[in-house]
Amino acid sequence: MNFFNFANIRRGKDSSDRVGQFMLISYIILFLVFLVLPLGSLISKSLENKEGDFVGLANYNLYLQEPALFQSLYNSLFVAISSTFIVVILAFLFSYALTRTCMPFKGFFKLIALIPLLSPSILAAIALVYWFGNQGVLKEVLLGKSIYGPIGIIMASVYWTFPHALIILTTSLSLSDSRLYEAAEVLKTSKLRAFFTITIPGARYGIISTAFVIFTQVFTDFGVPKVIGGNYNVLATDIYKEVVGMQNFQMGAVISMVLLVPAMIAFFIDRYSRKKQISLLTSRSVVFKPKKHFKVDMIMLGFCSALALIIILMIGMAQYGAIVKFWPYNLNFTLKNYNFEVAGLGWDSFYNSVRLAFFAAIFGTIIIFIGSYLIEKLRINEGTRNVVQFFALMPMAVPGLVLGLAYIFFFNAKDNPLNFIYATMIILVVNTIVHFYTVSHLTAVTALKLMDKEFESVSLSLKIPIYKMFWRVTLPVCLPPIFDISIYLFVNAMTTVSGVIFLYSYDTTLASVSAIHLDEQGEVAKAAAMAMLIVYVSIAVRLTHTIITKKILRKTQAWRYNIIDSN
Amino acid sequence: MGENNSYLEVKKLSKSFGLFEAIKNISINIDEGEFVCFLGPSGCGKTTLLRCIAGLEIQSTGSVFQKNKDISNLPPSNRDFGIVFQSYALFPNLTVFSNIGYGLINNKWKKEDIKKRVDELLDLVNLTDHAKKFPSQLSGGEQQRVALARALATSPGLLLLDEPLSALDAKVRVFLRKQIRDLQRKLGVTTIMVTHDQEEAQTMADRIFVMKDGEIIQSGTPNEIYTKANSPFIASFIGSMNFIPAVISNSNKVKCNNVEINCNTVDFKENESVQIAIRPEDIQIKKENSDDNILPAKIKEIEFLGSFQRVYFESKNVSENLIMVDVPSSNARKNKLNVNQEINLYFSKEDIRVYPV
Repeated sequence: MNFFNFANIRRGKDSSDRVGQFMLISYIILFLVFLVLPLGSLISKSLENKEGDFVGLANYNLYLQEPALFQSLYNSLFVAISSTFIVVILAFLFSYALTRTCMPFKGFFKLIALIPLLSPSILAAIALVYWFGNQGVLKEVLLGKSIYGPIGIIMASVYWTFPHALIILTTSLSLSDSRLYEAAEVLKTSKLRAFFTITIPGARYGIISTAFVIFTQVFTDFGVPKVIGGNYNVLATDIYKEVVGMQNFQMGAVISMVLLVPAMIAFFIDRYSRKKQISLLTSRSVVFKPKKHFKVDMIMLGFCSALALIIILMIGMAQYGAIVKFWPYNLNFTLKNYNFEVAGLGWDSFYNSVRLAFFAAIFGTIIIFIGSYLIEKLRINEGTRNVVQFFALMPMAVPGLVLGLAYIFFFNAKDNPLNFIYATMIILVVNTIVHFYTVSHLTAVTALKLMDKEFESVSLSLKIPIYKMFWRVTLPVCLPPIFDISIYLFVNAMTTVSGVIFLYSYDTTLASVSAIHLDEQGEVAKAAAMAMLIVYVSIAVRLTHTIITKKILRKTQAWRYNIIDSN
Repeated sequence: MGENNSYLEVKKLSKSFGLFEAIKNISINIDEGEFVCFLGPSGCGKTTLLRCIAGLEIQSTGSVFQKNKDISNLPPSNRDFGIVFQSYALFPNLTVFSNIGYGLINNKWKKEDIKKRVDELLDLVNLTDHAKKFPSQLSGGEQQRVALARALATSPGLLLLDEPLSALDAKVRVFLRKQIRDLQRKLGVTTIMVTHDQEEAQTMADRIFVMKDGEIIQSGTPNEIYTKANSPFIASFIGSMNFIPAVISNSNKVKCNNVEINCNTVDFKENESVQIAIRPEDIQIKKENSDDNILPAKIKEIEFLGSFQRVYFESKNVSENLIMVDVPSSNARKNKLNVNQEINLYFSKEDIRVYPV
């Protein structure tokens, strides 16, 4: 690949092209420093002994000979596959109800289904403890089985990954050509056959994609198994134990690699199936409009109501647990659980989380949007473009826990000139931005792809520098997706655990991490309170976002609301 | 230096994308005030050639001169042209007024001058009442005219049109063809249009460059291209054409199957395999000239096309293919043409062109 084609840069290129090329090369450097090199040091750590000498695959050998560790791999696969199976079925039915039936209250159900996005994954685990734990209300339902273990992990995982699955499947199911169904009807095809020959095949890439995304999320999640896993070990908790408990960094690195590989494979299969999905719908397709069908609509209403009720009961229980005095003996209301001083924590971790979320949202949005603009719109060397493109997609394949561990190895090294960011807010912000880079990047790319590809050419022909056009046209037109990206970064920064569990320091404790530690100390009510704080902020931010978006949009997007049926 | 008086000169221009050669060694001259068309099927390189002239693509080799100045290595922003794209690329968040004035702001125009100029342009493209609207509130034809006004705002010396009409309805297209052509005459701006629509090229251009596989295979006025197509490809791409396989039998005689036909065979040797070509409208069913070739034929199908009818004749003695003949509708009515009717066809010697196989 030819990154530095200076001949091309000189010939016929604008100063903006040169600036763009220069900026993209800076992106490459940033990705190298904050993504590739840390992962490299993780790999090299897995090939070293405690003294730092190269020992080849000895650590891996050790891993394979340790049945307890191997058991964790099996456990991880088991809970991930089971959860995926359940989530895909539930989310498929739910999104089918939303997109293909005339079930009433669709808006309400959609809203409820997205609630789990607002909370850290551990909130579900805490709620389950209240419902089914040793002193749980419905303990008997489990017929003597303990919630602490695979059952709890699977239930909590299903809860928090459900909206992720729902979003992908709803998109996939709403991309449907009603002409196909009309053709089937004209050919006297039964509804059931149409479902299996049109609906399922049409959504198959969405289903595959969902399965791999959910699998990866559960497989790499740390919070849920930590809180409700009990003695049931999974890879993510093993890494934590090796690194934090036993200071065995080498083994932590090895297990990280074991975690990384399936996540990578899942990532590539997901990318592949998403590419296929796009080509299914042509511009000539006619969007499907569901018809009323009383029986189906009512069955779906029942099903969705049941799921909505479960979601409300989960978050409701977490809230309830946070405000009762002493579960389950004294159920009077109190706010004392929000006083974290007693546990030696104070509200600092909460403020830190808000600060982290704020910085990640601001800087992340700017960096990610400009990066995707450079890739999409500027006339730059193809090689450079492909490299940045690849780097932008890579973070999605890297589990947060792995990235966090990689950061320790890389930035904590004494001879690293960037050592000063270790144990500061900066490293948390950088880690969060990198961790959530891909989804934001893809959102930006999708928005930019919708813009006419000739805007830049028009500007050049009118002798307007690209940056002016960017400011006057691209940015205003892309405001809605830009807001979406910032809110996505904010909420994820608030709720993430796995990305930051290794990176916080005494001065930069975070709310989600504190919730885990409170739970560890047996302060379940306080853990619930802390988790709920995150939910409050997420809701508040979402609401503000909606209001601001509406206000700003009315100002900058007037053109959107005046569309007539043109030509 | 370009050593002639043409306004724009393209010299031995080539452009490759990897291994694919989009345009191959193209040289053309365009005079000031001329309206030329790059015409060809999709993938023939016409848009790439236009983008090289604009500087939006960088040529692999060769050069471009505008007013005898070498602009080959200038970025688009340092060249003198306005461009209209197929998609128009109007800025959706700016009003019609701001879109048209977009290029003026940067050139340090005073506010009242901008207003004056934009009003002038709005008037020019008959959109004065739409100044405050957003592009999405306009019809396709109106959007097209806004794009045109925006491209003309800075009074460029060269106007580039990249398939400007292909996104429009047939009626609007015909209307805008004339409007663009009139506007171009009025302003005298040198214009290059890229199109795949031969009718568009023929009605609008002073000169057409027909392109295929990255090369210009013929250039000339619309009439020259139509009547003196230099290859079977152009003959069939522009208008309709009957092709009949034949062998040169004698000087100025070819043999089609078992019938001899008189035509001009100057460039060919005896016994050479060729194909003869004649346009459907040049074949007559009513004798007017006794020198003509006379062929008995039978009507197989009649297609009604409004002002004329396309009649498909079978004449096994001449060719396995059906022969298309365009008959003016009034003529067809007069002669009461019917399927299976047997009738003589007349090929005038001058209307037959001979091409190698």
